[in-house]
Amino acid sequence: MGHIVLDNVKKSFGDITVIPPLDLQIEDGEFVVFVGPSGCGKSTLLRLIAGLEDVSSGTIRIDGQDSTAVPPAKRGLAMVFQSYALYPHMTVRKNICFPLRMAKLDKAEQDRRVEQAAAVLNLTEYLDRRPGQLSGGQRQRVAIGRAIVREPAAFLFDEPLSNLDAALRVGMRLEISELHERLKTTMIYVTHDQVEAMTMADKIVVLQAGIIEQVGSPLELYRTPRNRFVAGFIGSPKMNFLEGPEAAKHDARTIGVRPEHITPSPSEGVWKGRVGVSEHLGSDTFFHVHMEGCAEPITVRSGGEVDMHHGDAIYMTPDPGHIHRFDGEGLRIA
Amino acid sequence: MATQHSRSAARVMLAPAVFLLLVWMLVPLTMTLYFSFKRYLPLRGGDQGWVGFDNYVRFVTSSAFWPSVQTTLLIVGGVLLITVILGVLLALLLDQPMWGQGIVRILVIAPFFVMPTVSALVWKNMFMDPVNGLFAHLWKFFGLAPIEWLSQASMLSIVLIVSWQWLPFATLILLTAIQSLDSEQLEAAEMDGANPLARFGHIILPHLSQAITIVILIQTIFLLSIFAEIFVTTQGSFGTRTLAYLIFQRVLESQNVGLGSAGGVYAIILANIVALFLMRIVGKNLDA
Repeated sequence: MGHIVLDNVKKSFGDITVIPPLDLQIEDGEFVVFVGPSGCGKSTLLRLIAGLEDVSSGTIRIDGQDSTAVPPAKRGLAMVFQSYALYPHMTVRKNICFPLRMAKLDKAEQDRRVEQAAAVLNLTEYLDRRPGQLSGGQRQRVAIGRAIVREPAAFLFDEPLSNLDAALRVGMRLEISELHERLKTTMIYVTHDQVEAMTMADKIVVLQAGIIEQVGSPLELYRTPRNRFVAGFIGSPKMNFLEGPEAAKHDARTIGVRPEHITPSPSEGVWKGRVGVSEHLGSDTFFHVHMEGCAEPITVRSGGEVDMHHGDAIYMTPDPGHIHRFDGEGLRIA
Repeated sequence: MATQHSRSAARVMLAPAVFLLLVWMLVPLTMTLYFSFKRYLPLRGGDQGWVGFDNYVRFVTSSAFWPSVQTTLLIVGGVLLITVILGVLLALLLDQPMWGQGIVRILVIAPFFVMPTVSALVWKNMFMDPVNGLFAHLWKFFGLAPIEWLSQASMLSIVLIVSWQWLPFATLILLTAIQSLDSEQLEAAEMDGANPLARFGHIILPHLSQAITIVILIQTIFLLSIFAEIFVTTQGSFGTRTLAYLIFQRVLESQNVGLGSAGGVYAIILANIVALFLMRIVGKNLDA
């Protein structure tokens, strides 16, 4: 159930190679998140797994079976689309029931499964409404409902939360995570939002330009990013990078320190700078510090209420145990 | 005060257009009503005074009336059937990515730009002529006796000619409707296990229902009054006399303006009845 292997999978549109040959293993029951900047090929990769795009070469195996040439409906996967792709002329009940009708299940079984899915997703009272009469979050749940009733080997999510407002997004994130806990089904989730990736994933796949930069658990990626790209992409606010003499002190071309691993102080520290913009979030304060010899301002996190203002001198001390070193090619130095 | 002023200013500025429209519509309508209650024979004594509902009774009781209503509805129904079905299929075809799409689309629209009289003449002389027509040659090629289209299959011929003219309109509207369908919906249906036929029936056709409604409504309005195609081809003979053509014959061929005007009023009533039914049947699609 839900073991997916990509072996040397390649995709090109005409002369343009979107995904160079790539290997990936997804274990049964895992929550895998594909994350990367827009245009990195993560959605294409998902569509290849779904079968909505044909691979140019390589094989896709689902539960040990070569599924490379199997049509999408026969792969036993269910997909939730970014636009939800609900059928506007059908009621919620008919929307959820559609895959079952297509599979020609008997009527009683159809009803049973629809009721069950509706109960799981709190949709029971909306079953006779049309998608147009629902809110964004409810539509999202209908789309998920349509996926669950098929009892698929794996769920595919294509940026499912990007059309929701911030508050709803956090709620749906929890709901999807809970659903995964309950169903224990493999889920593959595509997003450009590293917060979603960090909070939901068992395993994160960081992609850039169709290439897998790193695969690992959220904390692995946070603690030991394999290269500068991953280091900069995972974590919020992003990691600070320093080059030149500061980096040379640590025998590296570039060093990276996360904002939360720098201790600011008004009086003493290793680095000296001047406070630029400061963002007060209540629980945290982020200072953007301008330091001589540094083009980019350095982001520093400090506790809730600190009495430092624009233009003040500031001293910073990086936590020596959390300095990431990178070589000339941007790779991590162990 | 400002809004009051601008509102009255707006009314003043709208007035000429509204007035023109009203005159444009109301003058012919009142004249039709006026003449329909008169015995008015321009070449045989002119205005011979009021006759009450005499014209109305004569028009309906004439043996040509009910057949003409039937013919009208048959032509409208036939053309609607052909244009909607072929229109959907053509729109599906044109939606496929292909080489030279732009040119093909323009070619498809082209018949709509041909004047009805011209297209009817072209069909009559170049395609349906039993001696020199293309169809006659085709029939002879297969060793068959050519059909005299306009006399043996007169209704079919006229339905064909009119359908040819209106197919581009239907295709165009349906094509834009198909293009507005979210491709993710089709992909979702594909993942849900719907084969191409099921995708058409469950996703594409319901999506098109609104466009189809519009096509049916607009075409019906125009098809109820087709005239040129009949005038140029059969002149109303061989069972192709529609209500519009009957009225024309009463007014111009029999020179009986009063009788024709009464027919005109019936035509207005018929058109409204048809429109009412159509709105009832398909109008609910417009709400969604």
